[in-house]
Amino acid sequence: METLLNDFSPGLFFMQLIILIILIVLLGKFAWKPILNSLEERETGIEDALQAAENARKEMQNLNADNERLLKEARAERDAMMKEAREISDKLIADAKEDAKEVTTKLIENAQASIQQEKQAALAEIKKSVAELSIGIAESVIKKELSNKKDQLDLVEGILKDVTLN
Amino acid sequence: MAFFSATIFASGIEKKVDNQKDGGQINTNSEVKAYIEHHLKDSHDFALFSYTSDQGERKHVGFPLPVILWTSKGLVTFMSSEFHHNDDGHVVVEKGGLKFAKIHSKIYELDNGAATVSFDETHHATNAHKTLDFSITKSVVGILLAGLLIFLGFSKLAKQYKTRKIPKGISRVLEPLVLYVRDEIAKPNIGEKKYRKFMPFLLTVFFFIWLLNLLGLTPLGFNVTGQIAVTVCLALLTMIIYITNGSKDFWAHTLWMPGVPYILRPVLAVIELVGFIIIKPFSLLVRLFANITAGHFVVMSLIALMITMKEAFGPVASTGMSLVLALFIMVIEILVAFLQAFIFTMLSSLFIGMAVEEHEHH
Repeated sequence: METLLNDFSPGLFFMQLIILIILIVLLGKFAWKPILNSLEERETGIEDALQAAENARKEMQNLNADNERLLKEARAERDAMMKEAREISDKLIADAKEDAKEVTTKLIENAQASIQQEKQAALAEIKKSVAELSIGIAESVIKKELSNKKDQLDLVEGILKDVTLN
Repeated sequence: MAFFSATIFASGIEKKVDNQKDGGQINTNSEVKAYIEHHLKDSHDFALFSYTSDQGERKHVGFPLPVILWTSKGLVTFMSSEFHHNDDGHVVVEKGGLKFAKIHSKIYELDNGAATVSFDETHHATNAHKTLDFSITKSVVGILLAGLLIFLGFSKLAKQYKTRKIPKGISRVLEPLVLYVRDEIAKPNIGEKKYRKFMPFLLTVFFFIWLLNLLGLTPLGFNVTGQIAVTVCLALLTMIIYITNGSKDFWAHTLWMPGVPYILRPVLAVIELVGFIIIKPFSLLVRLFANITAGHFVVMSLIALMITMKEAFGPVASTGMSLVLALFIMVIEILVAFLQAFIFTMLSSLFIGMAVEEHEHH
């Protein structure tokens, strides 16, 4: 202990104290403060960057989910639209078919009616021609009958030959 | 240490001038011990090594340092070369009407009228007294060198952050050390909220002690952290810092411990106060001083094995043994250099943490 006290140099103590305090102040101002500030800045920067990356990842997930949802909706809408279109076309076809049927039946009916009419008219004309012919024949027959029986017969036959039933 | 080993190699030269006790041949155990003790002390010269020339003259290689004294007649300065490397009071320097002599690395002012130093039988000067010695000694040079190196290194690191996020070069090595002190020493002991204020002190002290410990292992032979004055200064600063930053809770717990019978409280207060003001700083300063001094002592003793074991084992075996052992201890000392800096800073921050702690409830 005595040698310890003897070795203690007040001068050295004083020099050390002054130099150390100056060193602490100088280093504090020019080294430690800027260093610690920069380190902290960098650490918060890294932390922020990590946070941002995490946020971006989450956002991306959200976006993906949104996209999927939209896609599903779109698909459903498309399905619905297609279904509707098909229904409409089916209906259109059915309607068209019905209309066509109606029109054809009407046409057929009309045709039948006109045929009937034509037939009636033709029959009537035939009847009339037959009647006129008969009358003509009868007239000629009657005219010739009075002279010769044989001539009468020839006449009828000749007339009949001329008049072909048309 | 280079000085020391160079002297040992030089001991083969037979010529010896006996007018000086230090230097020259060192052959006996007591001479080795005196030599080691001399080199553990602070020195007024910056000696690199010394040798004996062919003319039988002691040559010292190094440079003198300024001696600055506060004497009974005011400030006196001169260069240490005026003592001519004498360390036992035989060379008397006259300056400013006063006479000075250097005895065992201490400068004494001779009493009025005395021309030479006279000694009593225990080799204490009887007609001289110590002066206040503010000399730029070898330790002060070491402190300045370490301060300069630390300042250059870390201000460069600080500057690098202005232009880049990640430093390069030597600063890349320094950055993790700063982070280590912050994250492993300051934050866990002082706490996230309050550590910032104490970082300049802790970082400075950590790098100061570490660098000086390492410089002490170089052949320059500094023994700064083995100077009790230096460790006292460091420990005292720690104490001042934790005493002046003590929280209300800290003082309440120290001076009037709650939850203890009233009669015991003053006793506890005395014990706590003594603990904080004397025992804790004392443990800090002695631990650092003793570890570094012991390290230097062991390394130098192992080198000295070369001489002390020469007779028993022969020169080759003793030199080899000394080399291997000294190398081994040197490696351990490099670890100790870091460890002591770490422990000092760790305990400082622990004590500061105790003082600034605030309790949630009692």
